[in-house]
Amino acid sequence: MRKNNQTYIFLLLAAITILHQGCDQETYAQGKRLYEAHCENCHMEDGNGLAKLIPPLQNSDYLKNNQDKIACILRHGQNGKVIVNGIEYNQEMPGKKYTAVQITNITNYINNAWGNDYGVTSLEQSSISLQNCK
Amino acid sequence: MIRYSIVIITAISIFMVSCKEKTPPALPKLGFKKIVDGEEVDHFVKDWSFMNTDSAIVTNKDLSDVVYVSDFFFRSCPTICPKVAREMKRVYKAYEDNPQVKFVSFTLDPKRDTPQKLKEYAANLQVDTDKWWFLHGDKDETFDLTSEYMQIGYEDEDAPGGLDHSGKLILTDKEGHIRSFSEGTDPDETPKLIKDIKTLLKEYEEK
Ligand code: HEC
Repeated sequence: MRKNNQTYIFLLLAAITILHQGCDQETYAQGKRLYEAHCENCHMEDGNGLAKLIPPLQNSDYLKNNQDKIACILRHGQNGKVIVNGIEYNQEMPGKKYTAVQITNITNYINNAWGNDYGVTSLEQSSISLQNCK
Repeated sequence: MIRYSIVIITAISIFMVSCKEKTPPALPKLGFKKIVDGEEVDHFVKDWSFMNTDSAIVTNKDLSDVVYVSDFFFRSCPTICPKVAREMKRVYKAYEDNPQVKFVSFTLDPKRDTPQKLKEYAANLQVDTDKWWFLHGDKDETFDLTSEYMQIGYEDEDAPGGLDHSGKLILTDKEGHIRSFSEGTDPDETPKLIKDIKTLLKEYEEK
């Protein structure tokens, strides 16, 4: 009986560990799905963009240093000059009426995909940023 | 001993046969047949004339001593175009130093994509406009041409960017026949197109 219990506990722990790992990989699942649907056409599956037409998100100093602007860029788009990793881009990125939740999820996905490590934003932060869009 | 030698000799000859480079089968001539002077002939792209990024008129006749890869696009296209452009550039890079291959992109949005704007676009894509043409012309003529290249293109208010179109990369030979294509949105198809260009060029070497 004792032995049986131990086996159960062991199995339970193993299951939890496996589930937990699964969860970790899926943390930005919604963000990833939204990225694939709305951003990947331009910024590409590897986040590298295209030549001098579309700036990279992978390893982007602009993304890293302008976290407070990302929510507004996603909702209202962006045009005019922007310098990313020393290269000037000047094309139009269309915005879309994403909700604050969607924006938070997309931001967290791009902040942490492809080896990026730009931290995690909260729904509260995104909402505040959105109120202050110019 | 003799048996061994036979085995070895057989093995060697099998090797030699398989080493000999196999000539790939000729590429088919794609598309519906046309009737010219009452006779059925292979599909060929009809004559066209467009304006290039230096605002000079160019025609399909200017491409009669090269093979070329073409696509249809527009600069402000929010959907498939950047991916198609990336694959086109991959093929371009593979033949960058081969003067027998050119690239032609037709804009479906001539109103906004003026020759000047297309010139900027090419510069930003970092390609040479002598080798890769970006052509501007009459809108109806351009849409008409999509079907000549076995593509579709039409205006659709509901489509993102107001246009719906396919993103194929089309390989045309010196005589205007369409010989191969790949789906520009699928990077896995690009290597085959790159190979098909080589096969097509071989055809002309042998002539
Ligand atoms: C139609 C193509 C297109 C789509 C779709 C698109 N972008 Fe962009 N994006 C651009 C362009 C072009 C720029 C540069 C704008 C400029 O020149 O001012 C840009 C700039 C950016 C920037 C700031 C510069 C940088 O590289 O760090 C971020 C962040 C960004 N995009 C994220 C996204 C996200 C996230 C999505 C999806 C929700 C998205 N973009 C969808 C084309 C696009």
